[in-house]
Amino acid sequence: MASAPTIAGTAGLPWGPRALIRRARSGDEIARLITLVFALVVVVLTVMLVEQLWVNSAEARHHFGLAFLFTRTWDPVFSQFGALPFVYGTLVTSALGLLVAVPLGLGAAIFLAELAPRRLSDNLTFLIDLLAAVPSVIYGLLGVFILVPLMRTEIQPALKRTLGFTPLFQGPAYGIGLLTAGLVLAVMIVPFIISVSREVLLAVPGDQREAALALGATRWEATWKAVVPYARTGIMGSIFLALARALGETMAVTMVIGNNPRISASLFAPGYSIAAVLANEFSEATGNLYLSALVELGLVLFLLTFVLNGLARLLILLTTSRGSVHT
Amino acid sequence: MSLRMLWRKSVNALMLSLTGLCALVAVSVLFFILGYLLYHGGKDVNWDFFTKLPKPVGETGGGMANAIVGSGKLLLLAALFGVPVGLLGGVYLAEFGGRTVPFVVRYTADLLNGVPSIVIGIFAYAVVVMPVHHFSTVAGGFALGVMMIPIVLRSTEEFLHAVPPALREGAMALGASKWRTISSVVVPAASRGILTAALLALARVAGETAPLLFTAFGNRFWSPGWGQPIASLPVMIFTYAVGPYEDWHRQAWAAGLVLLGLVLITNIVVRTLLSRGTSPQRS
Repeated sequence: MASAPTIAGTAGLPWGPRALIRRARSGDEIARLITLVFALVVVVLTVMLVEQLWVNSAEARHHFGLAFLFTRTWDPVFSQFGALPFVYGTLVTSALGLLVAVPLGLGAAIFLAELAPRRLSDNLTFLIDLLAAVPSVIYGLLGVFILVPLMRTEIQPALKRTLGFTPLFQGPAYGIGLLTAGLVLAVMIVPFIISVSREVLLAVPGDQREAALALGATRWEATWKAVVPYARTGIMGSIFLALARALGETMAVTMVIGNNPRISASLFAPGYSIAAVLANEFSEATGNLYLSALVELGLVLFLLTFVLNGLARLLILLTTSRGSVHT
Repeated sequence: MSLRMLWRKSVNALMLSLTGLCALVAVSVLFFILGYLLYHGGKDVNWDFFTKLPKPVGETGGGMANAIVGSGKLLLLAALFGVPVGLLGGVYLAEFGGRTVPFVVRYTADLLNGVPSIVIGIFAYAVVVMPVHHFSTVAGGFALGVMMIPIVLRSTEEFLHAVPPALREGAMALGASKWRTISSVVVPAASRGILTAALLALARVAGETAPLLFTAFGNRFWSPGWGQPIASLPVMIFTYAVGPYEDWHRQAWAAGLVLLGLVLITNIVVRTLLSRGTSPQRS
């Protein structure tokens, strides 16, 4: 390894035993190797993580096969494990979260990037960054004690009166449930959508905006028809990033989703998510199959977020690099 | 003014005010959170909270001294593991890297950063808890440390890149070796940025609950040494908030206020220092 001459930092330097010793004595080679080892720790840890998820879920993977993802029963007593209710709960709550958070976050990002004066925009962005730093258990705490009672006594009865004819808004108003979890998720992911979308919008070259204004577009028309379409891919990226966070969000969801592994059409019904079942059952899992089924759920969650994060980064990279080429 | 123009102008005004409203709603959430925590938890953040152990289940009173110390111990371990790896790895990426290795390291660091924290918990469980068959402080610290690494790594790299090349060249021209240049010129020049990045990473993992649930677990008493289950503030908030007792809820609010206060104050101080310290130089 030490004698590999192709590493860019040392390419072109004389090498061979004597030169190596000389370089080693000056400390550079040693320093390079030491820091390289620490950089590689990141790679090793990530590979180990994937390997551990794979190995420890082997028993469940062999036992249930792909049917694991499509079976509804989760019964630890009879060792029947199907992930469908958790996958369903995770997807539904995340979708609800996005439904609320995307318009809100995008609107706020447009305001911050396009309309607000620089000082105001910077100050508001500072507050949004602080919001992103609030621990998820705090959101859960407010969810349990503030949002859940509010949902039970005000919001859910009101929804039932107005939209109760659809199957989505039927059934008893417990307060906890898929809808509440979706709302908490929405509040949690809004800061991420705002800060990434704002960056992307700011990277849109100024001529894009000015050309539209010069053609007689109003401020809103210039923003909506010239700036936002230009930043579209990057905004999609920010949404994927937020979705990945929503899928993996654990504590706040666990505290308000109701923790019931059943699939029901109503959004009022208590449900369960992958992350929530891991939080609740992992430390109490008895038996190897049970534990391995839980690890497989972790593997599913990992793969979902892995794919989404990869896509998100690609999209954001595409827009921001295109923007900076133009300016 | 034509009717069409009037319509376009009103759409303009309406949509622009709607975006402003969105921003207002988003920001006001922060004040709602702070307000509710102060209202519900403010009166219970007292001397007992910081100095007493939790009372046996069912009795009222007591505090969370063990959880506060526990969080401190977990964060110490996390920093001891996460900061050196992130820092030295970042030095490699910024100063020694060629093409392939830094690309792979950056890519996996971003990947690791996006892994849900509960999955990091499973990982720590598999590699630290399973071999010894019991929950421990070390396992919790390891999980939090793993979460810190990608953050410290990427920001160290970024701050090192921001150091002007003239500084490096000056040191090299004086005959300093590359390592000497890095250790006594480049890293000190970026030290403020790196320190703040490490603090931000610490503030982020300080609020993490999910990776601690089955690594550090929890404990209603002091946890001597490093090999036993240990209480932490976030896990206490979770347990107390979903528990059935009124007194637990009271204390969960108080703990929430303390935790959020610590996280927000760290963030505010660090971000203010950062924007004052680096932006004039860079622009």
